[in-house]
Amino acid sequence: MSTTRELAPADVPSQRIALVDLLDRVLAGGVVITGEITLSMADVDLVTISLRALLASVSALAEESND
Amino acid sequence: MSDDRGVWAYAITADPGDADLSRLTGVAGAQVRTAPAAGLTVLVSDVDLNEFGEAALRRNLEDLDWLEGLARAHHEVIAAGAKLFPLLPTRLATVYSSDESMAAVLGGRRNELAAALQRVGGRVEWGVKAYAIPEAGQPGAGRHEPAAAEGGAGLAYLKRRKAQLSAQAESQRSAAAGANAVHGHLSGRAAEARLHPPQSPQLSGDKRPMMLNAAYLVDADDGAGFASEVAAAADEHPELDLNLTGPWPPYSFAGDEDEASG
Repeated sequence: MSTTRELAPADVPSQRIALVDLLDRVLAGGVVITGEITLSMADVDLVTISLRALLASVSALAEESND
Repeated sequence: MSDDRGVWAYAITADPGDADLSRLTGVAGAQVRTAPAAGLTVLVSDVDLNEFGEAALRRNLEDLDWLEGLARAHHEVIAAGAKLFPLLPTRLATVYSSDESMAAVLGGRRNELAAALQRVGGRVEWGVKAYAIPEAGQPGAGRHEPAAAEGGAGLAYLKRRKAQLSAQAESQRSAAAGANAVHGHLSGRAAEARLHPPQSPQLSGDKRPMMLNAAYLVDADDGAGFASEVAAAADEHPELDLNLTGPWPPYSFAGDEDEASG
């Protein structure tokens, strides 16, 4: 077996979508239109901030399981 | 209008028709509404800038649970809209002070946005990830180990280790070539294709090397055909574990970079 199918019918709730796949799209995809309020949140910035959150959370989990 | 109120944008569409969005809620549970902007229509909801202004966002995005809730709320609205009309998702965290200021910004890009809507109309995005299967595609797998007699245990160990390392390198090369071939083939089946960076194993929880993280823009009624192409590619490439996700709204094809590799 070398395929994993995750054929999501259109009505699949987003809870079943892997967060990492969703973040690929909402953080790095989508049309970039400068929001005047979020003017200086450049693309890379957004991804960097969020990845830092992910990594911090991953290492927090790792520390918990090591305890 | 209060100074603390901002407008969060989800997606841009040419015309939502008579779609009923009255039961749709977005970030922070706010009611989604449509806002006209430069001849286009934007799905928006009102947000509190104390939580969703730039400084607050920078702070809040560092919290993974908060980020996840936000990403899913943003996606729910886009996915619901995408079932009703063609749309361009907007990047997470696009916030304006008012409908009017949003319309002013969009006005300058009206033609480009209308063209992008044309490109994605009637199409959906499929995601294909490929992982290298470590044991597969190693021609030397299962070979006899060099006899220890040929110069002592130390030398035998070194020979074994060298063979292991070259088998690993060969396996990686074979997986990379396979992923390349799969991407070429699927790109040919798609209107457009785009590569995302490989996902971090720490974040995905999958330790196997990710050889491909791609998105394909495919006619909405060709989903089954595309899925069977992926299944066929999986059969052809035992060195890879292929993983199909979707259909997604056209996140990866909403941008203005024309890097289609079809």
